[in-house]
Parts: sequence; C-alpha cells; structure tokens
Amino acid sequence: MQWETVIGLEVHLQLATRSKIFSGSATTFGAEPNTQASAVDLAMPGMLPVLNAEAVRYAVMFGLGIGAQIGRRSVFDRKNYFYPDLPKGYQISQFESPIVGRGSFEIQLEDGSTRSIGITRAHLEEDAGKSLHEDFHGQTGIDLNRAGTPLLEIVSEPDLRNAAEAVAYLKAMHSLVTYLGISDGNMAEGSMRCDINISLRPMGSDTLGTRTEIKNVNSFRFVEKAIRHEFERQADILEDGGRIIQETRLYDADLDETRPMRSKEVANDYRYFPEPDLLPVVIDEDYIESIRAGLPELPTGKRHRFVEQYDLSRYDANVLADSRTLADYFEAVVASCGDAKIAANWVQVELLGQLNKAALDIADSPVSAPALGGLIQRILDNSISGKIAKQVFEAMWQGEGSADEIIEARGLKQLSDSGELETMVDKVIAANAGQVEQYLAADGDRRKKLVGFFVGQVMKLSKGQANPQMVNELLAKKLV
Amino acid sequence: MAIEQNEIEKIAELARIRIAPDQIGQVTGRITEILGMVDQLQAVDTRDIEPLANPLDAVQRLRPDEVTEENHREAFQAIAPAVENGLYLVPRVVE
Repeated sequence: MQWETVIGLEVHLQLATRSKIFSGSATTFGAEPNTQASAVDLAMPGMLPVLNAEAVRYAVMFGLGIGAQIGRRSVFDRKNYFYPDLPKGYQISQFESPIVGRGSFEIQLEDGSTRSIGITRAHLEEDAGKSLHEDFHGQTGIDLNRAGTPLLEIVSEPDLRNAAEAVAYLKAMHSLVTYLGISDGNMAEGSMRCDINISLRPMGSDTLGTRTEIKNVNSFRFVEKAIRHEFERQADILEDGGRIIQETRLYDADLDETRPMRSKEVANDYRYFPEPDLLPVVIDEDYIESIRAGLPELPTGKRHRFVEQYDLSRYDANVLADSRTLADYFEAVVASCGDAKIAANWVQVELLGQLNKAALDIADSPVSAPALGGLIQRILDNSISGKIAKQVFEAMWQGEGSADEIIEARGLKQLSDSGELETMVDKVIAANAGQVEQYLAADGDRRKKLVGFFVGQVMKLSKGQANPQMVNELLAKKLV
Repeated sequence: MAIEQNEIEKIAELARIRIAPDQIGQVTGRITEILGMVDQLQAVDTRDIEPLANPLDAVQRLRPDEVTEENHREAFQAIAPAVENGLYLVPRVVE
C-alpha cells in the first residue's frame, strides 16, 4: 500500500536573553555546573518568579514574524511532573492562553517550490536543568545552569508530508529566528530542539492515523533519519495488519532507531493550573506596533526582493537570503561592484566554497565584502579574466592584500595591448600550419571547434593573461 | 460527584504522595466530600463570567533583561546532601 506521512513538529527555541526568564541568573552556555543557578532556579522556599521583559518582546517578535495573533492577555500555568532536573516539581509554561496564536510561514522545497505551513501556537516557558548519567557511583549528576532559560515552544500544524519537508521547515524556522535575532539557533548547543509527531495513513485518505511522538532530536540530519526510520517501522506494523500504539519514543542516533520511552516517564497527566505566582501578561496595541515597526526584513521578503531587484534566480535568492549575515555580505558586494549576477556567482561559488572548506562562518571571512567587490570590478573592466580572478581570490584569502595589490605584485593584468596580442597570434598561426589548413578546409561548426584550439594556444603563450575577446577577434581576422 | 479509589491511587502516584493501603478508603471518602462542595459551586451559572487567572486585579510587571545574580554555588551546595564536580547528586534516574 502507498502510505502518506503526516508530520507535525514542536520546536523548543532557546531565546537569546542575557538573563533567565524568571530570575536574574546568566544564561551563558558552557559555564561551570551550577554557577548560574540562583535561589529561584533552585526552587528554594519562598522564591518568586519575576518575568523577563525581553523574553516577552522576543515572543511577540516571533508572532509578528509569522503573521500570528498576539495574545493580548496571556497566562502562565504550572505543568506538574517530577524529575530531578526540575527542582520545583513543575515547569512554568503556558497552556490555555499562549502569547502567540495561529500563524503560518513559507518553506522552500528542494525543487524550488514553496509551501505555507501552519503554526498552531507558540508559548513561553522555562527550560529544565540537565541530568548527567555518567557514573557518579550509581547516582545521577544534576546541573541547573539551564534551568529557567527562556524557551519559546513553537507547535506546527500537521502540515508536513515527508522528512525533506520537515527539514525544510526547520531550516526556514532557523533562518527566521536568526533573522529576528531572538535566538542564536545553535543546534549543537541545544538552542533549537525538536519533537516530531508522526503518523501514517493510506494515500488519499483524509483521516489521521495514530501518531507517535519522537523526542530528543537536535540536528537537521537526525530529524531526517528519525522520520525515515519511524516511517518504516509504522509501515511495517500497518502492513502486517497491526496497530500503532500512541506513545513517546526516543531517537537513538548511535543505533539509528527509535525506541519507546518507559511508560512511567510519559504519564501525560500534567494537571495544568494557572500559576498563582504570576499575573496575566497584558499586551497592548502600542507595544505591538512599536515592535512591528522595528522588525527587520525577513527571509521570505528578502528572497522575493532579491529576485525582483537583482534579477536573481529563485535558487540563488534562496541560498543568498538564507542567513542575514550572508544576505548583507552579498548586498555589500553588489554595492561595491555594481553587478548583482556576478556578485551572486562569486559569493556562492568561490566564497562559500572556501568558507565551507575552512569551516568558517561568513562573519569570519578573511575576504571582506568590499574587497571581493574590488576584485569583481577588475573582471568587469577587463583588467583580468575570470580564471585569473580565481588565483587573485586565493591570494586575497591568504591575506596577501587587495585585488589591485595582488594583480600589480604578480603582474596578472590582462593583456589587452593589440600589438602584443597580434604578435602572439601570428606566432601561434605560424607554429601550427597543419591546424590552419584543417581550419580553412572545414565548415562552420567544425571551424568553431578548431578556433578553440588556437585561442587555447594563445592563452598558453600569454600565461592566461590574454584578453580572450581580443584574441578571438584577431584570429577571425587572420585565419582567412 | 464520587471519586473512585483507583483514581485516588493514580493522583497520589502523580503527586508522589504515599497513602497507606488501609487509609485509601478514608482518603477517598474525604475527597468525595470536598468534591461534593465543589458540586455546589458548580451549580452557579458562570456563562457570562470570564475565567479568573488570578484574584488580584493587576497585570504582570516585567523585569529588565539584566544579570543581577552572582554565583553562590558554594553556599547552596553546602546544604546539599551530595555533590561532586559542582553537580548535585541524586538517586540514579533510569533513562
């Protein structure tokens, strides 16, 4: 049978505040254990939460970024469960009245098409601490530095249909939140974690099958693998006439499999009730409008603008608008050289190629945007060929100076002196009498091929510096 | 509204409260009485009344995003039953 996969994602996004959501503790990643855990984070008796204004602002920014309704009066609730990395015995979260309501946003699929994915809601909550299960004489170690870090939990509609779409969704989400600057989006450090809800149904059916939830997935690659694995598992069961049990499973990256969590850990009875230590958060129109006015241009808008303004292909626009720093870099190169198409090409091929090789972020590129623009200018004014430009770029990457300095120092300037070129062309023609004869005997198409041979010889003679257009013209004149 | 004994057992487990087997019947009876009182409240017509999240007629004040806490790990860990390498140790949590 042909199965359709139905996927909904819950993304837990750590917000990039300096201090925690309900206390004045720092949120810096990687600090010594428990050095950023205050009396509030430790749930000492009598401690009270005080809400961080920036966490609220970030949540509203996200809501506006996906065109969602902002909860004018949102309420915090207690989600009750016992685990040692949650000292209070409850997590402060939002249940009935989240800060962000229904919205949607656009994802890019590999074939270049786009789809709109619904967001059910997003709510503010606090992160838990970390349990370390290495051997502490048969005990578990608890680090509460992460406890109380602000999270925005973003719940999607079950609108995704396969692993590739789920990954595209996460990439688009990552791009959106880093554009907004509300999270560093660092998945390796757990800034963006994902739970996957997945079910299967016969192709063409519009009723939902029984779903499972896969927890603990924190990279794009693992999301893809976990979904593929869970699809196989559910399809096997259904095809054998079995039934899917609604349960929570863990993805084990080492074994590349999902397995059920122990049922006691998933007693999904959190007994939510309104958090009596916090009052309702009231958000007014002026506040929302002031945030809306300060929103940066977002990925979708930027992609469309790149296509319109610079006449880029959708593919190029998608790559270049992927991150705000890359988009800004690209636009600075365009501003410096004046040719968007060549700029797009150089940024994507040479620059991103080198950055990938060196595992560097665009922000750490040894070649600045104006410097790359300067190099492209020399291609545009025919000082150097595209091929020589690649050499110059390599040298710029190694820190040898600006494009002009390197061209000067290495004597790479393109040979456009017609007298000098003519001498070279004559030399090549004289040295290859056989090919000249063949050329003269050949017809149109074959001639074109043979001309390439002569151009190649002249380029070789000039060490790649001959102006190819002038060489072509000279050859056309001489080969008669 | 009556509550069944097995529901009491489940809630007790979720709340990590141990109730001795010979007391479960008594606890069930008492909670049933409390629920009877809730039933009386339920009789009030609340159709036009907005749910109350907090009895105070006030809204949440927000705190500026500033780090105001210092590291007091030593003081906190001095009163903890077991610590090692800066971590609090607890009975093993099975994953």
